[in-house]
Amino acid sequence: MISHILKRAFQSVLVLFVTGLVAFAMFRFVGDPVENMLGQERTEAEVERLREQLGLNDPFLVQYWDFISGALRGDMGVSFRQGRPALEIILERLPATLELALVSALLAMTFGILFGIFTAIRRKGVMTNFILTSSLVGVSLPTFLIGIFLIYVFSVELKVLPSFGRGDVIDLGWWDTGLLTWTGIQSLILPAITLGLYQMTLIMRLVRSEMSEVLRQDYIRFARARGLPEKAINFRHAVKNTLIPVITVAGLQIGSIIAFSIITETVFQWPGVGLLFIDSIQFVDIPVMASYLMLISVMFVGINFLVDMAYLAIDPRLRESKGH
Amino acid sequence: MQKKLIIAAQALLLATTGFASAETLNWARAGDSLTLDPHAQNEGPTHALAHQIYEPLLLRDMTGEIVPGLATEWTPSPDNPNVWVFKLREGVTFHDGADFDSEDAEFSLNRAMTPNSAMKELLSSVKEVRASGAYTLEIETNGPNPLLPANLTNLFIIDKGWAEANNTVEVQNFEAGEATFASRNTNGTGPYELISRVPDNRTVLEGFDGYWGKAEFPLEVTKINYTPIKNPATRVAALLSGEVDFTQDVPVQDLARVDSDPNLKVIKAPQNRVIFFGINQGDADLTTDNIEGANPFADARVRKAMNMALNREAIQKIVMRGQSIPAGAVMPPFVNGWTEALDTIPENNIDTAKSLMEEAGYGDGFSVRLNCPNDRYINDEAICQATVGMMAQIGIEVQLESLPKAQHFPHIPDLETDFYMLGWGVPTYDSEYIFNFLVHSKQEEIGTWNGTRYSNPEIDEKIVSLASETDLEIRNATIAEIWAQVQEDVVYLPVHHQVLNWGMANKVETVVDPEDSPKFKYFKFN
Repeated sequence: MISHILKRAFQSVLVLFVTGLVAFAMFRFVGDPVENMLGQERTEAEVERLREQLGLNDPFLVQYWDFISGALRGDMGVSFRQGRPALEIILERLPATLELALVSALLAMTFGILFGIFTAIRRKGVMTNFILTSSLVGVSLPTFLIGIFLIYVFSVELKVLPSFGRGDVIDLGWWDTGLLTWTGIQSLILPAITLGLYQMTLIMRLVRSEMSEVLRQDYIRFARARGLPEKAINFRHAVKNTLIPVITVAGLQIGSIIAFSIITETVFQWPGVGLLFIDSIQFVDIPVMASYLMLISVMFVGINFLVDMAYLAIDPRLRESKGH
Repeated sequence: MQKKLIIAAQALLLATTGFASAETLNWARAGDSLTLDPHAQNEGPTHALAHQIYEPLLLRDMTGEIVPGLATEWTPSPDNPNVWVFKLREGVTFHDGADFDSEDAEFSLNRAMTPNSAMKELLSSVKEVRASGAYTLEIETNGPNPLLPANLTNLFIIDKGWAEANNTVEVQNFEAGEATFASRNTNGTGPYELISRVPDNRTVLEGFDGYWGKAEFPLEVTKINYTPIKNPATRVAALLSGEVDFTQDVPVQDLARVDSDPNLKVIKAPQNRVIFFGINQGDADLTTDNIEGANPFADARVRKAMNMALNREAIQKIVMRGQSIPAGAVMPPFVNGWTEALDTIPENNIDTAKSLMEEAGYGDGFSVRLNCPNDRYINDEAICQATVGMMAQIGIEVQLESLPKAQHFPHIPDLETDFYMLGWGVPTYDSEYIFNFLVHSKQEEIGTWNGTRYSNPEIDEKIVSLASETDLEIRNATIAEIWAQVQEDVVYLPVHHQVLNWGMANKVETVVDPEDSPKFKYFKFN
């Protein structure tokens, strides 16, 4: 059991190192940050001095090593674009992304499960058809189009919701939140729908098929035979058994919501880490790009590791498999 | 019913956000200022924000004219031709209440010349800055420098006492990621005070009660909310919805949409930026062509043919939707040295161009690569695509390589491209600046952006002579001579002058600043 955990932990760390290596191998192709940093009046001596100072003349393995050894000491380097520590910038931007991701995930879960149950119980009907058809639109349209469409309808035409930004935020010292102000909540609505729509559709379809499956099981038939009311069968027995696989998938999807927020954040000028990443790519801000990628991979690896550990705790067969 | 709902919703929004106040201006543009330290970066959006908070000795107003700032008069010293004397404005206070005097000016200019400063090149001719009286400043240059005042328009003055008290005398070392007191806080003499700022997100400014120019400027904007909005569609949507009152970069495809909105207007003016192609005419052989052992661009007839084949009017009409001014010289229209004759575009005549190619021995054409940025200038990639078709008409087969700016621009000073697109702005409004960077033979300190390999010792000598020529008539004559030669040799293929499109609510009254740097103290509301 312990060796299994150690093995998984070791694999996780390995994945992190490889991600960093691949990232640094690719940064060379993103371009040269020096021209962006110096402006048109720079001289060649300055270009050379700056390249040397930033370590851009070193082979990428050396650059990678410098980054990793710095990161282990908690120093992720300095943003070329903003001239501030990369980690500080990312931490400053993280609350915006996490709040957006959390609200989208909640929206996706709530409506996904509700619609899923509804369409599973009422297999036919106008409402069901409407939900299923419109959810198809949700999966097939690209995020930025949905975002622009929502902005057009609710900001430009109806003028009821803001088209960009985060509204007023309240600084709690270690976390700035937009959830406590009215403008903050207003600003959150459109981006949260845009980001959560795809996940909502996914969860809805998953719930629907799981639930349909469960409803055909013997114990449901027995429950019916016992004369239990339809409500109790559906919501007490069927839904509970449906939700186990749904929660697993939804947990994993939170990671991708955070990672996919890049596009939504760009469309709504949401001041989170995704927008920061896009700005950094255009400027070739290597420290920020590297820190962001490491953060995302730590998150994915961490979630996967926890899921693995959870399986281990739940499923006895995995625990006993060490003899094989 | 639906209408009622909308009206109710609008009322709700107005009541809750409060952006309808006539004195607040909500300002959006694509990029944000990089730092608050006014000497740490030499870059457009950074200076644009600094101009609201800090002031230079003299500045360009919204029409590009040099006007007094913290200096009221400036003249060359009668005793020494190397010295400029500035009379400083009296009764000016900084935002924290400290008085402004010549010590602050001396301190600030010296600070801008330290190694960490990004502004030091503009002061490279300066030998010494002296506070010779409480309100008199002398700047001594190495040799006479008739254009020194034009270099001071973005050199902001900070308070010496404030910098010393807050341990921020040194310029922020931007590249080392230093955050200093001055990179996060401000204390200027400008019309607006900084209230709050979250980089890349929102900056709030409010009118400064003790501003010296209260009687002189409209100052109708009393509060500024500045938000960078990167995505062009979102920026336009924010303008259409009324959340933003003023934006500097309306994409050309949305101009009609914004202009047709009854609450909005678009105003235009030529920008201080000319777009052109550079051609490698100096090398013995090109690396990206299919002609072995010869450089077709070295033949002036080929360059003339290309200049003729480039249909600038078609680019203006189709690619730019009318939003450009075709150019005949690589010089924005308000720069000293510009004449209508120089900027007249060559006749677009394919037959003559073809016969020139024939004469040069390239009647069958040749192939070459064109390097182009795709995220720097307005419709840059589309201009290059159009050019590919135009060059094909005279037999030049162009392979287009479009790259993001971070990958494109290093090719030019590194001499890794034979045919490239570049744009150039002239902050000093004088031809010498163009010659120094684009025409002089490429060397360590001069001609740094001349990727054409054009090298003419006679022209180089004339360019160098401009720096110290105090007789303006002789100087202007030399400038004209250099331009004549540059045009004769077809060093560059000019395309057009970019046009700035500022979109704003009808209530905002302003003209377009040619440097794209709005100074809100001049803005009015109607």
